Amino acid sequence: MTGTIVAGIGATEFSKESGRSEMQLAAEASRAAILDAGLTPRDIDGMVTFTVDANDEQELMRNLGAGPVTWWSRAPGGGTGACAAMQQAVAAVAAGLADNVLVYRAFNERSGYRYGQPRGTAGPPPLDWYRNFGIDTPAKMYALWFRRYMHAFGATNEDFGRYTVSARRYAATNPKAWFHDRPITLDDHQASRWIVEPVLRLYDCCQESDGGVALVVTRADRAGDVDAPVAIRAVADARHADASITANYYYDDLATYPEAAQCAQLLFARSGLTVADIDVAEVYENFSPLVFLVLEAYGFCGPGEAIGFIADGNLDIDGALPTNTHGGLLGEAYIHGINSIQEGVRQVRGTAVNQVADAEHCLVSSLNSGLILGRFG
Amino acid sequence: MSDATSDVRRASRDDQFFWDAAAEGRLVIQRCADCGTLRHPPAPMCGVCGSLQWDTAESSGRGRIVSWISSLHPNRPDDAPRIVILVQLEEGTRLVSNLVDAGEAPYDDLPVVVEFRDDRGALTPFFRVAP
Repeated sequence: MTGTIVAGIGATEFSKESGRSEMQLAAEASRAAILDAGLTPRDIDGMVTFTVDANDEQELMRNLGAGPVTWWSRAPGGGTGACAAMQQAVAAVAAGLADNVLVYRAFNERSGYRYGQPRGTAGPPPLDWYRNFGIDTPAKMYALWFRRYMHAFGATNEDFGRYTVSARRYAATNPKAWFHDRPITLDDHQASRWIVEPVLRLYDCCQESDGGVALVVTRADRAGDVDAPVAIRAVADARHADASITANYYYDDLATYPEAAQCAQLLFARSGLTVADIDVAEVYENFSPLVFLVLEAYGFCGPGEAIGFIADGNLDIDGALPTNTHGGLLGEAYIHGINSIQEGVRQVRGTAVNQVADAEHCLVSSLNSGLILGRFG
Repeated sequence: MSDATSDVRRASRDDQFFWDAAAEGRLVIQRCADCGTLRHPPAPMCGVCGSLQWDTAESSGRGRIVSWISSLHPNRPDDAPRIVILVQLEEGTRLVSNLVDAGEAPYDDLPVVVEFRDDRGALTPFFRVAP
């Protein structure tokens, strides 16, 4: 146990054109999460986000009338920073450095700066080693890693499509999802255009979205003042020296995901839980193949077995491991995975639109970081 | 080309040696002068022993494809689609490059050999299928 709970969640709508500033989205989501926690902005004394966020903490604090704030931090990374940011919040509360920490993320990544578009050679020096040879989008960065999984286990793009169909089925019944009421078939998936041949088609790629999500982490002993407290059973983040910036090309075995495997090991050791205790999973998927690598890294199935595990319907609402019940980042929205943490909270509260019966423990995975949520008390 | 995405690479203090060698048609790999560990991409410190002293090893230029993709959106809009490859050199390090003159579809573990070609004014290591 971490001695912390998620006390509140809040979000804007998810769209392709929010029509307002990123700061406004951050303020709206944050205020909603604070009120949901039964707090006022003046109760917030810690603020955390992850890097690649344009919203300045001080300015958001001014908008909210928050604080005084005594704890700030940013976890490194885009998607990999989602659960890592939660760890920053948990650590601050556990250390007694803050009582009520706001975790937030908001942007216009479709109508404003488009994260998924090609980039030139400017940027951190390591990226030059890839961009100069045509690796200029996240899709291509990741596809070069995923390709080896296809080679190792005979996975096909159609196999990846089965995950997408599952995610879009969940999104179809989630009114907050961009792809609400728009399920697809495997044929639809196979008819979508190549983005990176032979790995990713359009429907394997997460969305580009406008929107904001926020959560409030607080001390477990304050749960009595909270309407729907959810325990943070464990949180972890693992980064290894043989990776590079979003280019995991240097692992001994490219068909694996070593950081996620270590993250899993830490989460289960810290919580005393096992894979058998996980009732529902929300797995960050910038691209569909990542779900396969993560399921195997966490031990839900063996190497190469995610192909059959997914084809057999185990991710369905009545399957062995209902996964991405909000529709995932492919179906709901791409808020860098923090919307998947929010969905995990709803599952444990019992308030999700695609509710898993009797969900006690939810795993949330965001690339190298992850957390396990559980019923409080 | 004025497009922002077509910037010519800029060598940094940490990898100038690589491009200096490439300009002479040589593929080199950074080597720790203390423990002998090879490393790529270049870095100022050895992640194994912490040494700041390094020299370079000459690569044979031979390797095999560990992974590959077809790049449909090259970073220069007027470029032809290209095959991006992750090569494992005989010496053990890996690097990202392009497969040139691919007469057949690439496949994993395909043997390749380096071929230097001009890219935006810099002699650059690409790879072709090994004879």
